[in-house]
Amino acid sequence: MKPPRVGIIGIGQSEFKARRDDANYPELVREGVTLALADAKRELKDVDAVVYSLAPDALLGIGNAERLGVDAVGARNKRFMRINTGGATGISSVITGWTHIASGECDVVLVAGADKVGESGDSQTILNKIWDPTYERALPLGTITMLAMSAVRAMHKYGLTEEDMARVTVKNRTNAAKNAKAHLRKVVTMQDVMASRYIAWPIKLLDACPQSSGGAAVVMASEKYIKANKLDAVWVSGVGHCSESYYMGDRMGRKIMADHADAHALARSFERSYEMAGIKNPAKQVHVAELYAPFSNTEYHAIEATGVCKLGGSLVMMREGFFDLGGKIPVNPSGGTLCTNAIAVSALVRAAEVALQVWGRAGEHQVKGARVGIASGNGGDHQFFGTMVIES
Amino acid sequence: MELIKRKESWNIGYDHALGETASYFFAQVRDNAQIYGRRDPKSGRVLVPPRAFSDQTLEPTTDWVKVGPGGRIEAFTKTLPNPPYAFGYVLLDGADTAIGGFFRGIDLSDPAKAAKQLAIGTRVSTRFADERKGSVLDFWFELEGKRGKGGKSGGDTAVGYE
Repeated sequence: MKPPRVGIIGIGQSEFKARRDDANYPELVREGVTLALADAKRELKDVDAVVYSLAPDALLGIGNAERLGVDAVGARNKRFMRINTGGATGISSVITGWTHIASGECDVVLVAGADKVGESGDSQTILNKIWDPTYERALPLGTITMLAMSAVRAMHKYGLTEEDMARVTVKNRTNAAKNAKAHLRKVVTMQDVMASRYIAWPIKLLDACPQSSGGAAVVMASEKYIKANKLDAVWVSGVGHCSESYYMGDRMGRKIMADHADAHALARSFERSYEMAGIKNPAKQVHVAELYAPFSNTEYHAIEATGVCKLGGSLVMMREGFFDLGGKIPVNPSGGTLCTNAIAVSALVRAAEVALQVWGRAGEHQVKGARVGIASGNGGDHQFFGTMVIES
Repeated sequence: MELIKRKESWNIGYDHALGETASYFFAQVRDNAQIYGRRDPKSGRVLVPPRAFSDQTLEPTTDWVKVGPGGRIEAFTKTLPNPPYAFGYVLLDGADTAIGGFFRGIDLSDPAKAAKQLAIGTRVSTRFADERKGSVLDFWFELEGKRGKGGKSGGDTAVGYE
């Protein structure tokens, strides 16, 4: 049986910044909610269920902050569920919103969250705690060092260079300059990136995402509801998830089933969403992509996981401008996670930005004529992946 | 208007039980300066660090296998300049999966030169601290043929970031 069609009817995003001292956490959650409900022309009473997008508690410094945030999403007397798949949290939340509606249980679902990563003293110390205390936590593992090692393997396998990495930052910053919601909007040059200091070789400061604060929300609805209320919508035509095993050291060495250079499980997740959406040839059928990539090097393995080229094939295409705004398939026209990372909602923003693109409402960073878009989120130690296809 | 902030910190102690498999592994590291893996009977893969079960089949692993001390670099990263350190993953001889550890005895002052020395595929040897506490910081890796003497353990706390 084919699940009922699910549409996105409203989108709300803060202007993301390093800090938001004018608003505490629930106030920031409410900001995205208010914008999204207004955009959907709906009121709180119309919402059947709330999916709450919230990554590791310690980034915010509030234990189970959904407890505090429940009021900011108006969830009293409604169905409520918190989702946490690390960096993939936001897209997992939107997909959970889809599930609520596709199951036939709900007609209108609010998916919302916020983050204030800039308030934590040291996000990498917090993220080191996602490694197990038995074998690995004593090492300086964090998301930066973990993905620096992915870059090292991509250098070895495909000839990725530091210049290739810088090229991604230059492209995404150029895009972010056109996006009023983005956090880092200053255009940078190849020289700027190459001259910035190393954080974890080969990742430099300008190859890395910022710690952002802001809220975001989307309102989703069933086709029946959208038609009955004559609402404008874009449509979720495919969703997917896929996971990778725990040990990074198992993604290198002999008899490996996945290489840490690549995003093997992300590719499987995309295959699942393409199958649902009926996409046979993504290189021809996809017009825009918002791919979760918090470090410049990781945009390459994310692109390759979409299936628009083979492993290692994205480097030359990036050099030729294939993924630029104005290129054949623009990747991260919003500037992406590299320019804005409010972790709890970063992957939600990927889906929201794709929705805006296929809706034709992306403003200055609009991809002309985009009708089919894809979004992704990555979480954990390069471990949990979620993907979506959204169409007009 | 004046916007007020509040300082908070989380500092919570834990006393984590490591379980039988990891306890044996760390006792061998501490008492005999020997690294062991566990064999997955179905695939034959030797898992290092050792696990009680296979993540592919969920079947228990069956026997202990001595691995190392030699091995090859599979991944690395390093920070510069303060405090300079390099760490990464090494596939020890006899193992099928790589284990994390620090690299020592490499001049990290020139990023490009250091990266060449730590290139994937480079042979290394495991070195053990004279005084061992039963931690992954009891051992580290040095380029093969550049063996120094045993040294001090890096301690059993996490290394900070910059």
